[in-house]
Amino acid sequence: MVLVLALGDLHIPHRAADLPAKFKSMLVPGKIQHIVCTGNLCIKEVHDYLKIICPDLHIIRGEYDEETRYPETKTLTIGQFKLGLCHGHQVIPWGDLDSLAMLQRQLDVDILVTGHTHQFTAYKHEGGVVINPGSATGAFSSITYDVNPSFVLMDIDGLRVVVYVYELIDGEVKVDKIDFKKTSTCHSAH
Amino acid sequence: MMVDGVEDEEKWLAAGIAGLQQNAFYMHRALDSNNLRDALKYSAQMLSELRTSKLSPQKYYQLYMRAFDELRKLEMFFKEETRRGCSIIDLYELVQHAGNILPRLYLLCTVGSVYIKSKEAPAKDVLKDLVEMCRGIQHPVRGLFLRSYLSQISRDKLPDIGSEYEGDADTVNDAMEFVLQNFTEMNKLWVRMQHQGPAREKDKREKERSELRDLVGKNLHVLSQIEGVDLDMYKETVLPRVLEQVVNCKDEIAQCYLMDCIIQVFPDEYHLQTLEILLGAFPQLQPSVDIKTVLSRLMERLSNYAASSTEVLPEFLQVEAFSKLNNAIGKVIEAQADMPILGAVTLYSSLLTFTLHVHPDRLDYADQVLGACVKKLSGEGKLEDNRATKQIVALLSAPLDKYNDIVTVLKLSNYPSVMEYVDSETNKVMAMVIIQSIMKNNTQISTADKVGALFELIKGLIRDLDGAAHDQVDEDDFKEEQNSVARLIQMLQNDDTEEMFKIICTVRKHILTGGPKRLPFTVPPLVFSSLKLVRQLQGPEENPFGEEGSTTPKKVFQLLNQTIETLYGVPAPELALRLYLQCAEAANDSDLEPVAYEFFTQAYILYEEEISDSRAQVTAIHLIIGTLQRMHVFGVENRDTLTHKATGYSAKLLKKPDQCRAVYACSHLFWVDDQDNMKDGERVLLCLKRALRIANAAQQMSNATRGSTGSVTLFVEILNKYLYFFEKGNTQINAAAIQSLIELITAEMQSESNSPDPAADAFFASTLRYIQFQKQKGGAVGEKYEPIKASADNSDLTHSIERFGNWCRWLDLSNLEAMLLKICILTILVFDIFVRYLGSRCFCDHVLQVITAVKDDIN
Repeated sequence: MVLVLALGDLHIPHRAADLPAKFKSMLVPGKIQHIVCTGNLCIKEVHDYLKIICPDLHIIRGEYDEETRYPETKTLTIGQFKLGLCHGHQVIPWGDLDSLAMLQRQLDVDILVTGHTHQFTAYKHEGGVVINPGSATGAFSSITYDVNPSFVLMDIDGLRVVVYVYELIDGEVKVDKIDFKKTSTCHSAH
Repeated sequence: MMVDGVEDEEKWLAAGIAGLQQNAFYMHRALDSNNLRDALKYSAQMLSELRTSKLSPQKYYQLYMRAFDELRKLEMFFKEETRRGCSIIDLYELVQHAGNILPRLYLLCTVGSVYIKSKEAPAKDVLKDLVEMCRGIQHPVRGLFLRSYLSQISRDKLPDIGSEYEGDADTVNDAMEFVLQNFTEMNKLWVRMQHQGPAREKDKREKERSELRDLVGKNLHVLSQIEGVDLDMYKETVLPRVLEQVVNCKDEIAQCYLMDCIIQVFPDEYHLQTLEILLGAFPQLQPSVDIKTVLSRLMERLSNYAASSTEVLPEFLQVEAFSKLNNAIGKVIEAQADMPILGAVTLYSSLLTFTLHVHPDRLDYADQVLGACVKKLSGEGKLEDNRATKQIVALLSAPLDKYNDIVTVLKLSNYPSVMEYVDSETNKVMAMVIIQSIMKNNTQISTADKVGALFELIKGLIRDLDGAAHDQVDEDDFKEEQNSVARLIQMLQNDDTEEMFKIICTVRKHILTGGPKRLPFTVPPLVFSSLKLVRQLQGPEENPFGEEGSTTPKKVFQLLNQTIETLYGVPAPELALRLYLQCAEAANDSDLEPVAYEFFTQAYILYEEEISDSRAQVTAIHLIIGTLQRMHVFGVENRDTLTHKATGYSAKLLKKPDQCRAVYACSHLFWVDDQDNMKDGERVLLCLKRALRIANAAQQMSNATRGSTGSVTLFVEILNKYLYFFEKGNTQINAAAIQSLIELITAEMQSESNSPDPAADAFFASTLRYIQFQKQKGGAVGEKYEPIKASADNSDLTHSIERFGNWCRWLDLSNLEAMLLKICILTILVFDIFVRYLGSRCFCDHVLQVITAVKDDIN
């Protein structure tokens, strides 16, 4: 069992002062094995904060990131799953599932994690999953009105991944769960 | 010489100890054989060693401790002796036969102790006798130790209330008298030390004196332990007597130590009830006494006492503790005109802490303290002393720590004035403390006035003060500070749009003074705050007719335009471009076409004139296309202009793959899913074909420069775009075209000059799998996909011909009127195929088939 935290679009300090206190108290060091971050942190302080929660940190570049050395896309393998990361401003139309599915085929991954829209979504898509963890700070977005702060925790266990979504609605943390099972035939082609 | 002195002292101490031990040995022998006379003789000789005046207090103490141990044994012996029938009174007389006064008095004290225990005489009489007799020693060190011995042996024998030595009436008074007298005498001896010996050894003497101070202070401790000394007695007798001694001794070291001692050993409530008396002594102390430390400790104690329980607070009110302390501090500062500023600030800081604890509801008290502090500071100019500025930070932090609310603190009218007197570094430190307090407590600052006052307070972060050179500033620190300001801007919120607009204007006014270094940090949060306001203004309560002069989205956008413009001078074109696009989208949501167009224009100008880095251009283009794709406010004309420009920029990117990707992304500008008037299939196709041409050119280029064609990734990407629009119902894109593209890619991949690229292979494989997946879905989608063969087997030459035919089709080679051009191009293509297949295939066959193909095509 591996826990992977997916979050992004914090936009600190441009659009939000900090992570919600309730999230901060949940995200404690030592429980999470990997962090995948969809970018737009935007400053080093936030990078350092994430690094404390978990040193295995994968960040890709959002258009507001102060650090310009983050890559545009990244793939990594965790257990039986191949994960792909991209902030999403490069995929037009923004947040469009079919276009994201193309990126998923391009990166050849089981789970694609993108951001940019600040709207949490998780789709099962032809044998894969496309996840957007939303904005961890509930930052203003020109795409989404009334953004709730949210992040995603993926519990990867064998061929199964359980996606937990934590959303802060009116000061209360709501948790939702999506189950996804990978068929073993998937990706046998190469 | 100093070394010799130390060595000599060591020698003298050793000699003293040797003499003492030798006599102690004989004394023990005498004790063992119950020989009282010899015991007294040898003990007196032993104690004679203490008559030395060659040792420093520290060394003398070592000798004293050895004698003290021996005297304990002697005391035991005396006790035994009385039990065996020897009269204690006789003993008391007997020891007085010792030849020298010092041993005599030590022995007397020792017997005195047994005498009191025997209760044959009232304790008070014996004690009185002893304390009087001790006057016989006037040498400071010897006297201090002797009296210390007296104090030690008498501690448990004072005629206190409840003690077994309590006499008939009011003997507590006697106990108190005894200790007070011993204290007074000891203090006199101690002070006199200062005036003995040569003036050049003053420092050494002071050091020695402070080593002895606890011997004197011990008496105060004993006093505080006497049960019978109640508040009344303390107030009427003990404190006035002690203070009298302290004041009259006119000695700096003694005054400083003893005042502190009084504060530490007696209980809080005593201090509170005798505040006036205690404070009255302070102005009478020597000017050199470190009053600030002592007085601060007193206030600290009282503050802690107040904090310990709310039940004690009425006591503070009843005795008017604040005004008494305030007066006393005023008097002290007045009396000590040359007190360093550090002292005054420390005092005010302690007083402020005190009043915050005791009178949290009296903001006027706190303000009064700050006011007094301002008055003192105003005579000094900017503070230079490091420690003093630290104290100022403590002073200014105290109300924040107490109230956890800058809004309350802003009510203290003198607070900003104190900030005026610190240098810009300290202002920054304090500003950070303020911001952290706001963040920690989630303080909402919700009016423009308060925001203005706050920004004035933290101006050290907002702009360069007094021309401080910034090259000394550490860059990381600077970033951290500016990011804090950016965070602070997030905390300024008001649901009332009018007030919020005022807040934004106020913040804007302040941050624009920050100069080019700060703007990139402070402009974005302000822009997003403003965009949030625009959202609010769009809300359901919006009054379309709007009152005269009320805030409208248009007004906010004007302000935004002027705000982002300031980034030109930084220069920060990439950031400005992003912000313009955000604004454009907000204007789109507000249905303001001209405004949106203006923002786009600004973004385009920046792109054309300021953004030259190729990587930055790629990101900028994606953002431009992504935003433009979402715009619905534009009429045909404006939209055409903007899309035309965007595709133009895309095709001019430096790297071919970037060009290709940007161009196919532009296809989405002509096809918006949820807008029926925005579905121009033909122009989508044009974009995709253009992208293909660029992809092909990229391959050619790679072929020419590296000798192998590049990866087919771009083709597969375009194939995916074909599939996308095919599914969306763009009739310009049909199954045949997709089929050809698939075959083209297959052939490319099998071409020998193709450099292997596993990622591209996987991408293509998963695209084919997707097609298969869609086919199997059945229904309308499945039907649509039916004609496409997802797995192409074309290892054969026929496929290179097919591929060739594809190329002709891709390049629009069906117009008979452009025959000549076509033939030229075809010749090149033929040459291309020739080059690729030479050596592995029959060249003639190729040519023949190519010609057939051309013929077919022409026909």
